[in-house]
Amino acid sequence: MSIVTVQLGQCGNQIGFEVFDALNTDSHCPQGLCSKRENEAYQASCKERFFSEEENGVPIARAVLVDMEPKVTSQTLSKAAQSGRWKYGQHSCFCQKQGSGNNWAYGYSVHGPRHEEAIMNLIQKEVEKCDSLSGFFIIMSMAGGTGSGLGAFVTQNLQDQYSNSLKMNQIIWPYGTGEVIVQNYNSVLTLSHLYRSSDALLVHENDALHKICAKLMNIKQISFSDINQVLAHQLGSVFQPTYSVEGSCHYRRNPLGDLMENLVPHPEFKMLGIRNIPQMSENSLAYSTFTWAGLLKHLRQMLISNSKMEEGIDWQVRPPLSGLPTFGKVSLNRELHFNTSIANLVILRGKDVHSADLGGFKDPALYTSWLEPIHAVNVWKTQRAFSKYEKSAALVSNSQFLLKPLDTIVGKAWNMFASKAYIHQYTKFGIEEEDFLDSFALLEQVVASYCNL
Amino acid sequence: MTQSVVVQVGQCGNQIGCCFWDLALREHAAVNQKGIYDEAISSFFRNVDTRVVGDGGSISKGKICSLKARAVLIDMEEGVVNEILQGPLRDVFDSKQLITDISGSGNNWAVGHKVFGSLYQEQILEKLRKSAEHCDCLQCFFIIHSMGGGTGSGLGTFLLKVLEDEFPEVYRFVTSIYPSGEDDVITSPYNSILAMKELNEHADCVLPIDNQSLFDIISKIDLMVNSGKLGTTVKPKSLVTSSAGAVKKRHQKPFDAMNNIVANLLLNLTSSARFEGSLNMDLNEISMNLVPFPQLHYLVSSLTPLYTLADVNIPTRRLDQMFSDAFSKDHQLIRADPKHSLYLACALMVRGNVQVSDLRRNIERLKPSLQFVSWNQEGWKTSLCSVPPVGHSHSLLALANNTCVKPTFMELKERFMRLYRKKAHLHHYLQIEGMEESCFMEAVSSLSGLVEEYNQLDATKSMPVEDLPRLSIAV
Repeated sequence: MSIVTVQLGQCGNQIGFEVFDALNTDSHCPQGLCSKRENEAYQASCKERFFSEEENGVPIARAVLVDMEPKVTSQTLSKAAQSGRWKYGQHSCFCQKQGSGNNWAYGYSVHGPRHEEAIMNLIQKEVEKCDSLSGFFIIMSMAGGTGSGLGAFVTQNLQDQYSNSLKMNQIIWPYGTGEVIVQNYNSVLTLSHLYRSSDALLVHENDALHKICAKLMNIKQISFSDINQVLAHQLGSVFQPTYSVEGSCHYRRNPLGDLMENLVPHPEFKMLGIRNIPQMSENSLAYSTFTWAGLLKHLRQMLISNSKMEEGIDWQVRPPLSGLPTFGKVSLNRELHFNTSIANLVILRGKDVHSADLGGFKDPALYTSWLEPIHAVNVWKTQRAFSKYEKSAALVSNSQFLLKPLDTIVGKAWNMFASKAYIHQYTKFGIEEEDFLDSFALLEQVVASYCNL
Repeated sequence: MTQSVVVQVGQCGNQIGCCFWDLALREHAAVNQKGIYDEAISSFFRNVDTRVVGDGGSISKGKICSLKARAVLIDMEEGVVNEILQGPLRDVFDSKQLITDISGSGNNWAVGHKVFGSLYQEQILEKLRKSAEHCDCLQCFFIIHSMGGGTGSGLGTFLLKVLEDEFPEVYRFVTSIYPSGEDDVITSPYNSILAMKELNEHADCVLPIDNQSLFDIISKIDLMVNSGKLGTTVKPKSLVTSSAGAVKKRHQKPFDAMNNIVANLLLNLTSSARFEGSLNMDLNEISMNLVPFPQLHYLVSSLTPLYTLADVNIPTRRLDQMFSDAFSKDHQLIRADPKHSLYLACALMVRGNVQVSDLRRNIERLKPSLQFVSWNQEGWKTSLCSVPPVGHSHSLLALANNTCVKPTFMELKERFMRLYRKKAHLHHYLQIEGMEESCFMEAVSSLSGLVEEYNQLDATKSMPVEDLPRLSIAV
């Protein structure tokens, strides 16, 4: 089954390019550490999910590019074409002349309705190219105007028009010290709308990705391109094919369905995060060896202590002893030390993958009480290595990891809202104060729900 | 990609405008080596086949034939505009884009606004409509004028109301030259205050600039260049004041160095909208992020670096110095000290080989020394444009919505009151039809209202930042 990707705004398009590039490069990587037949099955599965075939053998990404001003999309299209290894469809791009001005209301209430038909038509064409549709992957940022506002509008439309298909939104959480001054307003409005219309929100924080680039990849002058490549690597480690029950040469057919089934048991809890191990620069890779035991031990502690990377992990944090109340129920005023999970999915790729022991993840103390560990944990093992890493593990989790950032954004937006600053820019385009209040109420509810896990 | 139209009014406005077009051509010549008319150039220039008579000459793609500025030149005396039309830039302007008169406004806002306003309203509308028609997607009008005189001040602000009525969806960005303390036009306080009321009510965004600051910056540069302290030489093209390497050669005139600074300001302001980068910032984002309340739309600007040394490698320290300088009071384009006042919002527009990590590092470094209003503690808007300005490897334009504009306005009011109490020169204004003493009173009260808003914000400066109680919901 195939995934149709919708890339929205500058951020969405820049990331989308890196994602398809990473997927394509990995699937053609000769160091798969497995048999030729295995490799071919992997490639075919990746292709089915993300690329359609062109006459002269250059795969075309199953993607629709949307932006309200032309610079970024034209850059993205030409970068892909220049690579020679894959490209975007010639007519898969929709853009306008004047952007959304970082205004969620403009993206949602003006651009949305105005271009609804054109955008949905493009998506429809892409869907028709698929033999069968697993669902939609929507890449967008929360801080700006197009990704956030138009992204929310498009997701709503997808829910109406393709009610049987799944939608996963890849959201970029902006840097804490602003990229955009009204980013907290835009984020609050986006999250509240997506919570109603999307099936799962896969969140990546710019601050976390930045730290990975600085500490793990040792990049001195970090550019957005570097950050996007780390993100693409993480997404690739999740979305590349994995074995189905039948094992070797048989890969799962429904990536989005399988992900949602394992990770989103309850509609109140939709926020997912990815952690990846190991993550390092290519130069360091040549000198490193790993054991599954070591990797998994670190990954587990990353989960529990809510660390986003394998450096600087707080080893003091321990799961609460069973029978005693979990720390998670403490009010937000104190540091939330222990990260309670609802569900976890561990994806292992590489050498000797069958010897990896995941007992540590099945400890009931890690999880909230209303789900048995046997339902809360899932493991996918694949022999084919990912992107030159002899062994790699990815953890997709639905946990309290986003609780503090979410609470922070809501708090800042609330403070700004109380002073009514910038509100006139939103009411100008039809987003009234009541809409803000509704959004705040919904997110306070989400914060409370995660807090009480 | 969108287009912008520049409307230059009065002597000052036209002289600055002239420098702007010259530097714009220079920048595009440096970036666009192949001579193809692309979207970046089209934001300020039309491509016209001059062999075709009349209006049919516009070419939208392909090689550059003849570039025409998207500009409207207005002056109520002919001297300056004539000089432009006879000078090296004459081919860039269309004779149909001009509105001139002979007698001038006599440094009288009322003459500019009321007399010439009504006389030329139709013509102005017609020229504006024409220039708008030539645009695929018009986003912004840039108005350049001075506040102290008669034409720029009076007719320039009359224009704002016309633009607001006729093109309500198009932004109005005004670059206003405020009179310095030692201004030689006696009535400049009257003209400025009367103009301020119009700016308050009809402009989307105002970039106030004063001559004294520009002059100080030039003195600083001259000192550095001539002192020989630096050892290595300064790259001539990199001086923010120079027009070296400009497409059209012209003799440096007295105000040229100062005007070039303002021209560079406008180029940097629009660079992220015209050229590519990893974090683009369009003109509509400036208004969205930097104007928290409609009245508070005055932005203090600073440009760094003022010059580049001839070294090829730019160590990080120098890059960081660029950021530090942007906040120092010596680099601001009006007499203001943003570091010791309250920030409502701040935008950093970076050009050249600077990445997001450099930006973040410097924001973290400078944040503790700056005071932001309680509801916007992280009020930073950033943009990264890959194309540096001519002669530089990187540059920074900082725009601040900061209460440090207050002293400028208050001083202006002081000077106004000194004249008004004695009714000095008032009869020149009152004898114009449509002018009454109430016009003056309304203008002063508009300014006082603005100052009061800044006062209220300043009062919150030393208060501790408290988190407001959040919405509580039934669990």
